[in-house]
Amino acid sequence: MSGLATQEMDLPPDPGAGVIGLNNVTKHFPGVIAVDNVSLTIHAGEVHVLLGENGAGKSTLVGMLAGLQEPDDGFLALAGNRARLASPVASLDAGISTVFQHSMLVPTLTVFENLILGAPWYKRPNRATIEQRMGALQRDFALSLPLDAITGELSLGQQQQIEIARALLRDSRVVILDEATSMLTPQGAEELGARMRKLVQSGLAVIFITHKLSEAYRFGDRISVLKQGRLAGQLGPERLATLSEDQAIDEIVQLMFGRDSGGGDAERRQTSCTDEVLLDVVGLETEGGADVMGLHAISLQVRAGEILGIAGIDGNGQKQLAEALAGQRPVARGRVQLQNNTVTSANVAERRRMGLRYLTDDRLGEGSIGAFPISDNTVLKDVGEPPFWLRGIERPAQIAQHARDLIQHFQVRTPNETTPIGRLSGGNIQKILLGRELLGNARVVVFNKPTYGLDLQNIEASRQRIGEIAAAGKGVILISTDLDELMALADRIIVMEGGRIRGTLDNDGGGEALRLRIGRLMAGEELEQKATA
Amino acid sequence: MSMADDIETSETASVQVAVMRRRPALRVAMLTLGPILAAFVLSAVILMLVGVDPLKYYSYILQRGLFSGLGLEQTATRMAPLLFLCASLIIAFRAGIWNLGTDGQFLLGAVIAAATAPLLVGVLPGWLVLLVGFVLAALVGALWSILPALLRAYHGVNEIITTLMMSFLGVLFASVLVKLVFLDPATTVPQTRTLPVADRLPRLFDTSISSGLIWGLIAVIAVHLMMTRTAFGLRLRMVGANPHAAAHAGLSVPLLTMAVFALSAGFAGLAGASEILGVAGNVRADWNPAYGLMVIPLVFLARFHGIAAIILVFFYSAMLIGSESAARRLGVPQDFTLVLVASLLICLGLGEYIDHRMRQKEQ
Repeated sequence: MSGLATQEMDLPPDPGAGVIGLNNVTKHFPGVIAVDNVSLTIHAGEVHVLLGENGAGKSTLVGMLAGLQEPDDGFLALAGNRARLASPVASLDAGISTVFQHSMLVPTLTVFENLILGAPWYKRPNRATIEQRMGALQRDFALSLPLDAITGELSLGQQQQIEIARALLRDSRVVILDEATSMLTPQGAEELGARMRKLVQSGLAVIFITHKLSEAYRFGDRISVLKQGRLAGQLGPERLATLSEDQAIDEIVQLMFGRDSGGGDAERRQTSCTDEVLLDVVGLETEGGADVMGLHAISLQVRAGEILGIAGIDGNGQKQLAEALAGQRPVARGRVQLQNNTVTSANVAERRRMGLRYLTDDRLGEGSIGAFPISDNTVLKDVGEPPFWLRGIERPAQIAQHARDLIQHFQVRTPNETTPIGRLSGGNIQKILLGRELLGNARVVVFNKPTYGLDLQNIEASRQRIGEIAAAGKGVILISTDLDELMALADRIIVMEGGRIRGTLDNDGGGEALRLRIGRLMAGEELEQKATA
Repeated sequence: MSMADDIETSETASVQVAVMRRRPALRVAMLTLGPILAAFVLSAVILMLVGVDPLKYYSYILQRGLFSGLGLEQTATRMAPLLFLCASLIIAFRAGIWNLGTDGQFLLGAVIAAATAPLLVGVLPGWLVLLVGFVLAALVGALWSILPALLRAYHGVNEIITTLMMSFLGVLFASVLVKLVFLDPATTVPQTRTLPVADRLPRLFDTSISSGLIWGLIAVIAVHLMMTRTAFGLRLRMVGANPHAAAHAGLSVPLLTMAVFALSAGFAGLAGASEILGVAGNVRADWNPAYGLMVIPLVFLARFHGIAAIILVFFYSAMLIGSESAARRLGVPQDFTLVLVASLLICLGLGEYIDHRMRQKEQ
């Protein structure tokens, strides 16, 4: 792949090839395949929707088209010609403009100044010409942009219009809108939909990235569904024309959440659920914010020996729920009861002492301190506690012995206990964190995406351990975005969407029907329709 | 801001120390001594360029700072405030707080000690006068860090900027206090009342060395042990290394941050008191030795390690004392010491880089 010129003429120009082609592109990141052998063609005059969960590979694809990343394997083609987009400049030169989810404007500059950003420095911007062109664009695309307004004072919708206008001023042929509706009001989203229609009518290609199914159907001409880095399927314009919204959404849900072809159902765990309620959560609410989803009216119970699965598309409040349970996030309303103790106002350390444990999904970010040796990391949550500390003085021998025991018991692969934990693989860090959470009298363990980013062997081992923990009579909350995992392990599955519980389902081994039901709840479809009605 | 780079590299410093321990002794020696030698050679070249015989200069420094009785006593006395400042910075830097405002904290501590101690002589027993001076200096130093501490702990405002700003204010405020409030009416120069020599910190044995040295050594060693051997120290290091992990483990990051500021600034205040109550006896309105900024590179070179810091402070003090004499005799500006320290930092940085590359190749 190396040594390619910016544009190689080794393929004949092909009018049917589309403006951009992605040909078997693959992109690896440490420990993850972000994009796996994806081929897509982007046609002029079409809104091409890329749909998928977080981590499905949408952002990486956008990154490749925007010149931020290059594929490890496979290649891009522009108008049928094999090409490299080695930098953002190359991407812009190729006529591709990307409107990122987070604004790429300078808030303190005026709209006009933002529009001419990126023009060559030696050229004096010709205000009259730009005003004239903007006048035409504002008419054609229903933009409302006062050129002399300070950008930061405009609404997010208007800021997005600036970025679209900038793309148009550059005579782009392709406009990529990354999660463009996520920050807009419903009405703003509709307007954007209409604007995309106008853009494609003028001959551009639009790539619209979203995880909202109904938007995909309403705004898109062609829908490509990504799942775990692979292209799970595509609905072309002809196919979409024959489907009603409900039918289309059913098909998309099937593509997004249906079982992968090949490989049988993971064997379901023998349940060990008892009647004893260990954890009782009633009406739990947390404050939301600009970047954080708040929780609303979360009520759930976990019994001894039970695995309660929590399904949902990433970022729908699962992490906030886990943090609120662990005592890491302030609770606005509601009650958390652990066995017979109300722990709503207890802090992290108190809850931990009472047996409520939380295994975070952010292993290096908050679960461990990468620069510290394994031994310190095994006792991070017990600093100052005997037997590792005596009257505040550290007992290094005790800590080292504990770490060695943990390494042996959980088969952690490491040279020794003095190795900085950041040098270990994700699976081995996970084992250490698990050992830390199980220390002492754990009663309820909250797992947040325990197998995310692990290799197959470690995934299997982790699932086995989670089963064993439940079988030992502890309560388990298993937050996962992997339906197969939940269906293999959980006794009941709660589906979260938008910070709320959308439904609680018994894992009755219902197979495909249950899976699709969960999928629809995850997408917020069933209840959203009722709510808006 | 060139500090930023130092800070980046220092976050992994504790690991690197741990790693160093496991590397062959010969290589460690080369990595430590090589850059130091190179720095002296580099400085020698600069000396030659300005027409000074480097051997003469170095031997003069050695002789004056280390090998003459009086020089050694001066060196040891000079160490006291620097050691307290090392203690201050080791706490802060290990906890990930970049307290660059030690100069303001130092001077205000010095002023309050100089303002109160002479007045208390005769009222209180001698040891209590000194104790009150030290305690007040620590409190005032800590007080001067409250604003940056609150801003950092509860609003995430970068303390590098705020502590520096507060330091400028503190230095000027100290001068104002001397001129307007604590002025000694008996003198024409603006300065505080003078603590009589007999009431200052006792001298060691029959020398002129101030016993502030002993307290400074105790401070650095105590801080070192606190940071490395106690639960409290580990909590502070957790906050410094990964505040998210600290919060996840149930620590109150804001409270611990406040504690770090208070301790660090308190030690800076003690440094000021040790200089006044041990050596100077009073504060002149224009006095600002800027020891705080001087010590920062040493603490980095020592990789926040207490014992290493003590050794470096010793040699640095010797260089200071020696170069003061050398400046008079050879016409080399006294600030040439800074050139030497700068060369040392550059060479150690290069050594670190080469070591890093070598390790990468090995893997």
